[in-house]
Amino acid sequence: MITVEHLTKRYGPVPAVSDVSFTAEPGLVTGFLGPNGAGKSTAMRMMTGLTPPTSGTARILGKPYAALANPGRRVGVLLDAAAQHAGRTGRETLALSALLTGVGRHRVDEVLDVVGLTSAEAGRRVRTYSLGMRQRLGIAGALLGEPDVLILDEPANGLDPAGIRWMRDLLRDFAADGGTVLLSSHLLSEIEHVADRLVVIGRGRVVAEGTKDELLRAAGTFVRSTDDAALATAFRDAGIDAERQAGGGFTTSADAEQVARTAVSAGVLVIELRDTSSRGLEELFLELTADDAREAVSA
Amino acid sequence: MTAVRTAPATATRSATLKPVPFTRLTAYEWRKQLDTRAVRWLFVTIAVITAGVLAVSALVGEGNVSFEAFVTNTSTPLAMLLPIVAILATTAEWSQRTGLTTFTLEPRRLRVVWAKLVTAVGSGLAFFLVAVVIAALAHLAVITFRDADADWGLGAMTAGMVLMLAIWMVQGVAFGLALQSTPGAIVVYLVVPTIVGALTALVQSWENVWPWIDLQTSSMPLIMGDPMGGEQWAQLAVTAAIWVGLPLLVGILRVQRGEIKTA
Repeated sequence: MITVEHLTKRYGPVPAVSDVSFTAEPGLVTGFLGPNGAGKSTAMRMMTGLTPPTSGTARILGKPYAALANPGRRVGVLLDAAAQHAGRTGRETLALSALLTGVGRHRVDEVLDVVGLTSAEAGRRVRTYSLGMRQRLGIAGALLGEPDVLILDEPANGLDPAGIRWMRDLLRDFAADGGTVLLSSHLLSEIEHVADRLVVIGRGRVVAEGTKDELLRAAGTFVRSTDDAALATAFRDAGIDAERQAGGGFTTSADAEQVARTAVSAGVLVIELRDTSSRGLEELFLELTADDAREAVSA
Repeated sequence: MTAVRTAPATATRSATLKPVPFTRLTAYEWRKQLDTRAVRWLFVTIAVITAGVLAVSALVGEGNVSFEAFVTNTSTPLAMLLPIVAILATTAEWSQRTGLTTFTLEPRRLRVVWAKLVTAVGSGLAFFLVAVVIAALAHLAVITFRDADADWGLGAMTAGMVLMLAIWMVQGVAFGLALQSTPGAIVVYLVVPTIVGALTALVQSWENVWPWIDLQTSSMPLIMGDPMGGEQWAQLAVTAAIWVGLPLLVGILRVQRGEIKTA
């Protein structure tokens, strides 16, 4: 269980994370989705006690991270797969964490096996690892303490498609056994099949949150008619907020039935009426974050 | 890949979990200090220099070298290079970005600092002991093969060296914490004393002031085995406060207050 409330981080006047609140429940994989620079990593660093928040709180298993006794046994953290000592072997990297957290040495071999690093690979220095191997080593490190919660920042980065599938299965199993998983990504395709819930973040703010179904439902309806001008008037009279599209027609947050009734009572002939969910999550994600991403570029 | 348990443990385990004890944190830091390739090469370097110095003093001249003279021979290369091990062990948290792991596994950051200090001083003492053993063997060798006089006495010089080695190890950690950069800390550690040393030679009129400012000047009588009066100890304390205490304070504040930034 991860509870984030009004989490805010400002660097001088620049807000990196603004009033972010959400909950990641046990038994579910929560996807933390947003474009690069949206504030995902900063938020995760605040959750794990590395970055002090300007305001707000993050609690893990009911406590601030730093108040957990032996946090390596409760929370598996992977914030940056590249943050491993290049001059140590993979096995030594894990053995060190095993020493500190007090798990037996056998766990090192177990997690190496879980992430699919061979004994020969584990004996090589991290300097020689590909990003995909570092990612696997990092995930091994996160799993080492048999935690209840996983916090993984861009864990799919550098994994090949087979690796992404493997990680998906791993996280699904972890959640199915009652664990809490929070993983971030800037690519929807990486997490749309693994995440039960999505928290979409853009420019430091939560722009959408919910299950995939909820998010799609919220996307609304697209309607096209033979007389868009009359339909626009009808919408206005009915108090429906509709946005005129460049190629004709409207998008609106109202559902299809509401739109159809409005059109019928205005005597407007509707020639196309559909849920905008058919666009898919990708488009929704782009739409939700596009304004924020653009602002971020111009800022 | 086999079906090994990756499942989260049940909540019942949380009650039995205790905070990481300081002894285990210290063991962790100690192993981290010594298990990297860079440090292995440093030890090779120290061993080669020590062997060279020993060979020269044992073979050149009459070979009548006392035990304490050998201890000076073996501990000097150590004193020069071992603090760099302390620097590397500290700055790797930032330069090698291991701080992300260290400070998430032990969020009580000040304890990590203490563990680093304990292990740095511990390594200083442990390797000094090794240096003493090697010096003993060298002294035995010159007694056996070069008919040297047996002179096993150890005095103020050895004690002074132990104390200074401990101070330099703490200084290595302090510089590492304050600068959080491997090249930065090493350069400052090696270059600043050289510059200050040159200044002490240039500004002779400050002859009475330097021992209160420069750690090298104030530590000279200690290393040379000269008698240390109250004034000398006071000078050592003041200069150690400036060159060790101050950077350590800055380092602790940086680690305590700030973000663990590694990139």
